Amino acid sequence: MPELVVFYLFAALAVGASALVIGQRNPMYSVLLLIASFGALSGLYIQLDAPFVAVAQIIIYAGAIMVLFLFVVMLLNAPREDAAEWDRTHPLRQPGMTRWGSLLAGLLIVQLALAFNKMTELSTPVGTRADAATVSSVHELGRSLFTRHTFAFEATSILILVAMVGAVLLARREDHA
Amino acid sequence: MIPLGHYLVLSAVLFSIGAAGVFLRRNLITILLSIEIMLNAVNLSFVAFGRAAGDLDGQIIVFFVMTVAAAEAAVGLALVIALFRHKESLNPDAFTSLKW
Repeated sequence: MPELVVFYLFAALAVGASALVIGQRNPMYSVLLLIASFGALSGLYIQLDAPFVAVAQIIIYAGAIMVLFLFVVMLLNAPREDAAEWDRTHPLRQPGMTRWGSLLAGLLIVQLALAFNKMTELSTPVGTRADAATVSSVHELGRSLFTRHTFAFEATSILILVAMVGAVLLARREDHA
Repeated sequence: MIPLGHYLVLSAVLFSIGAAGVFLRRNLITILLSIEIMLNAVNLSFVAFGRAAGDLDGQIIVFFVMTVAAAEAAVGLALVIALFRHKESLNPDAFTSLKW
């Protein structure tokens, strides 16, 4: 079972790094740990015969989005968290409704566990060796993207343009306006 | 091959970590990072289901999710910068007024 070992290795890396992202006080370490988590996920995509997604994960997420985060963390000079003030304003310490609203997040886990209980196909293998070639073909992926999903693809360009204009407008200094 | 359930449980665990981060952390940047964790958890289940179904649509929607995530990160971080300029804080509880 070598592939199961590889799966557990990547899964442990992804879960561990993600948990540490939440646990860090320093946002700089959080961003770097999240890059490690994305690397592990990209390994899982390779195992799922999705090489295009794996490469896009590294280039877009680890290469572009996380660098953007790093730039902002450094630009804001990674402010020291005032632990006492931040603990005082923590939602779980607020009185009444705020605390119970936060505890609703725990309900999500119960809900997910119930959903898994209802599913019957959990132990069926995810695909067969035979169709690995068709699923992992970047050629077919590009064909599908530019024929069946052309409209969504073109709509994406509008979205990115709007996001770019919005980001420039929001981050601009007001005194230059 | 690895059972489908393994991927779904991993995806659920990652999503729960992300949701916990949004609820528990008091730092706008960490909250945005938690949202990225949740998006990636959903991406993993899309690819796993797509592989189980034997077609490419799972991977194509991941492509679009990544694009939306990039746009969201750009606008979100611009908002964080604009907010930090006004209040010199990243604590979401510092931004309670609608106007300043």
